[in-house]
Amino acid sequence: MSKAIKSITNPKLHLEILTPQEVKKIHDATLWIIEKVGVRFPSKRALEIWAAHGAEVDSGKMVVRAKAELIEKALKTCPASYSLAARNPTQDLVLDGNHVYVGTDGCGVEVIDILTGIRRVSCLQDVCDIARIADDTEEIAFHWVPVSAQDKPPGTRGLHEIKAIWENSTKHVQTESIYDEREARAAIEMAGLIAGSKEELRQKPILSLMQCSASPLGHDGGSLDAALVAAEFGIPTGFMTMAANLTTGPATLAGNLAVGNAEVISGTALLQLAFPSAPVFYAAAQTASDPRTGAYTGGGPEDFLYGAATNILSDYYGIPLSMGSFATGAKEPNWQAGIENSLSTFMASIVMADMLLGVGFLHGSRIWSFAEMMMDCEIFSIIHKTMQGIVVDDETLGLEAIAAVGPGGNFLSQKHTLKHMRDLFQPQFMDRRTYNEWEAKKDDARDWALDKARKILETHQPEPLDEKISLEMIKLIASLESK
Amino acid sequence: MTEDLFQKMAQSILDGDSEIAVVLAKQAIQTGVDPLEAISKGFVVGVNQVGANFACGQAFLPELVMAGEAMKAAVATLEPEMQRRGTTRQVLGRVVLATVEGDIHEIGKTLVGTMLSASGFQVYDLGVDVPAARIIEKVKEVDADLVGLSALLTTTMVKQKEVIGELDKLGLRRKVKVMVGGAPVTRDWVQKIEADGYSEDAVGAVGLAKRLVGLD
Repeated sequence: MSKAIKSITNPKLHLEILTPQEVKKIHDATLWIIEKVGVRFPSKRALEIWAAHGAEVDSGKMVVRAKAELIEKALKTCPASYSLAARNPTQDLVLDGNHVYVGTDGCGVEVIDILTGIRRVSCLQDVCDIARIADDTEEIAFHWVPVSAQDKPPGTRGLHEIKAIWENSTKHVQTESIYDEREARAAIEMAGLIAGSKEELRQKPILSLMQCSASPLGHDGGSLDAALVAAEFGIPTGFMTMAANLTTGPATLAGNLAVGNAEVISGTALLQLAFPSAPVFYAAAQTASDPRTGAYTGGGPEDFLYGAATNILSDYYGIPLSMGSFATGAKEPNWQAGIENSLSTFMASIVMADMLLGVGFLHGSRIWSFAEMMMDCEIFSIIHKTMQGIVVDDETLGLEAIAAVGPGGNFLSQKHTLKHMRDLFQPQFMDRRTYNEWEAKKDDARDWALDKARKILETHQPEPLDEKISLEMIKLIASLESK
Repeated sequence: MTEDLFQKMAQSILDGDSEIAVVLAKQAIQTGVDPLEAISKGFVVGVNQVGANFACGQAFLPELVMAGEAMKAAVATLEPEMQRRGTTRQVLGRVVLATVEGDIHEIGKTLVGTMLSASGFQVYDLGVDVPAARIIEKVKEVDADLVGLSALLTTTMVKQKEVIGELDKLGLRRKVKVMVGGAPVTRDWVQKIEADGYSEDAVGAVGLAKRLVGLD
């Protein structure tokens, strides 16, 4: 049975992280960068599209410089709202600015084995297992390819991965691990098999595509070609910047936002020039590099600020946002993981980022942990509850109950209590036991979270994918592999 | 007088100021200072100081990079004079660096190159998206001691294995050590493809390179 999906909606909490003047300043800086500095588009097709629309193209360096008017005009055709479809239509996700959904993170290279607890190289079975567990949770609304199916050939790996997810879950798949035209075309064929036809797929995109930019101020050629194919078929497509302070971006936050914005906005404009009104989204996971090693940090105050600021930018352009949150740099589920994942997710949620990526990783999106996956779901639930704020009306003031109890006494036997006690948050993994109970076992959230993941994997039966469709997909992948 | 010049040279590296380093290198040539001494008593002193500052937590990565670039600029300026005098600067080893075919991610590889060259290695950086054949060709051309292969994607990481296989075929594997790097590279992967080592960051790569050429 497919589960209802939990999303943050109609929030009472609000944060103004950038003033309208500041947003405009970042936007103007972005346009200046695109026009004066340029952005690298190493794809023949992309350069031709830019040239046809009057942008200045340096074909040797593959750098495009486009006037502000061209970019602004192109962005006007972005649809402001659309839905990501699921195999089960009750799980469709509305990207309307009033829903925050969380997905699984991706694409990692190692897994802490769910049974042995030993860290090892990821494989296709892990993709199946993670998808199956995600299918059962109410928090996880959609999938990224969580880990790389390294036991499959590099040229078709991305296809094996999305097939595995569809076979184990009815929820929407957003792949971040397909980055060339050939694989993108095949993925769309596969999605078409589920949707019924290419036209139905356009109406019900059960697949979306996320491509990383190559910061600073560049794109990857294969990614551009894949994105253009997706846009052609109405598959929602986004460019993600991961510009990082000190290394791939300036040391300052505003400058890094402008660099990342230039990458995303120029990529988005390209898709709109080629296919006006194609569904697009903004994607981002900026961070600060560690000043000592240059390494990806995956957390810290800078990440939290980016999490909140980026949705203000994507709102300015009127397009949905897929935002990197969670993704702690911690090596095991611990204090650091709790802080980083809670604050990054809270900051991205309070500004209503449409999609959050995502649950499950340690060591900066490299090592999958089933315990972390479940605990991240709980973090989302806590934030979901917090975002509802405090409702103040006659019913919630409960004056009758207050009068009935009077000074002294207690509220335990009040009807009002019975009616509202289940509104209070009930954690799954927080330790609220007595000290003695804890001392007898000395177990904690990590043990319970892992137990839960194991139980789901043992018992949850997702709605199967039609076997005929699976067979067609196998044939399609095999035909590519034999070439 | 010369002592004063050496001190300024060291300071230019500490400040990460390539322009001043070049001016001082030219001054050394004009005043007849032995370029090898200019390096060992001047510029290298600065490099070592930045390294020490970094090791004790005072300096940050950008300071290391800028010191490395200033050092490179100074050495390049002194190079013609060394040739004229028929002397060469001793290098710790010759390293061919590349991001493998199909992969355009550059920053980690470039950073490793800067660190290695600042530490006294001769670095031949072939850039990004480099096919195995070109890497092998360069290894033979410069008689390399080390090859450094970078990859950010699990799909391109396999090319690291391909290069090692090619070196093997040509019987070069015993002579040329291979170090690999990139976010998806793990110890297991290094063992699987029989590389000689990997590092998770650029500073660690210098230590690794020194070990691989038999220093430290």
